[in-house]
Amino acid sequence: MNSPCQPAANRPQLALRFKIDEKDFLIAGESASKTKKALQQLGLKQEIVKNIAIIVYEAAMNVVIHANHGEIKIIIAPDKVVVLSEDVGEGIPDVELAMKEGYSTAPQEVREMGFGAGMGLPNIKQCSNELDINTRVGFGTTLRATIYLNPADTKQVETGAMYV
Amino acid sequence: MTLQEVKDILNAEVLCGEHRLDQEVITAFACDLISEMLSLASSNTLIITSLINPHVIHTAEVMDAIGVIFVGGKKPSEDIINNLNHGNIPLLSTPFLIFNTCGLLFSNGIEGCMRGKTQ
Repeated sequence: MNSPCQPAANRPQLALRFKIDEKDFLIAGESASKTKKALQQLGLKQEIVKNIAIIVYEAAMNVVIHANHGEIKIIIAPDKVVVLSEDVGEGIPDVELAMKEGYSTAPQEVREMGFGAGMGLPNIKQCSNELDINTRVGFGTTLRATIYLNPADTKQVETGAMYV
Repeated sequence: MTLQEVKDILNAEVLCGEHRLDQEVITAFACDLISEMLSLASSNTLIITSLINPHVIHTAEVMDAIGVIFVGGKKPSEDIINNLNHGNIPLLSTPFLIFNTCGLLFSNGIEGCMRGKTQ
C-alpha cells in the first residue's frame, strides 16, 4: 500500500498500450474490450469503465480510418484516467468542424461497416472531463482525454493492488 | 419483459447466450451506426441492428448491452460468434425486418432509449 504522505503524482501508475495500424478495423473494438476488462478488474464503476472504453474505441477507430498508424495509451492514476492517442497521418484540417455531430470525412467503405457517422470526436468529448487535441495537417494528431476519478470510484486503485 | 419473451415475440433464434434469457429488458435501441450506439444507447439496453460484423458485437460488449437482435434473419458467421469475446451477451436473430421488430417490441411495452438518460 502506498504511504499516505506520498504525493499522488509519484505513485505508480498502470498503463495499457495498443498499437493501431491503418485499416486494422478489428483492433479498435479489441482495444476497447481489453481496456474494459482491465478497468473492471481495478474495480472502477461501470459507468466510468464504459465511458473510457468508448473513448478508446472511438480514438482507435479515428486512427484506423484517418491515420497511417498510431498508438493508444491508457494511463490509470489514483485520481484520473488519461487516454492518449498519438498518430501519424493526415491530421485534422478543421477541429471545430470535426467536433460537430454528423460531420464526417470517412470513405463509403468505412460507413458500410457502421462507422464514420461523424460522432467520434463528439462522443469522446461527451465521455471525458477534459479533451485536448493537437493536430498538424500532413503530420498527425495527438488526442488527450482525461477522466477524473473521485475516491468512491477508485477504492481498489488507491490500494495499489493492481499496479504492474 | 424478459429476453425469453422478446425471443418468443420475435420468433427469434438464439445464436448464443441461451442461459441469460431471464434478464429483464426495459429499453431497446435500433441502429446501424456504431458511433450512435456508443453515444446514444444507455447501458442494459437491447440492441436491434442489421449489422452482423464483429464491430457490432464489440460495441455491444463495450456498452454493456443486454442482448443483440439481428434483423431480417441475418446472422454473424459462426467464426465470429464462437471466437469473438462477446461478454456472454445473448445474440439472437429474428426473421422480422427492423421496422416490424421495433413495432412488435414497442407495442409490448419496451421503451426507446432517451438521449442522455441513463436507465
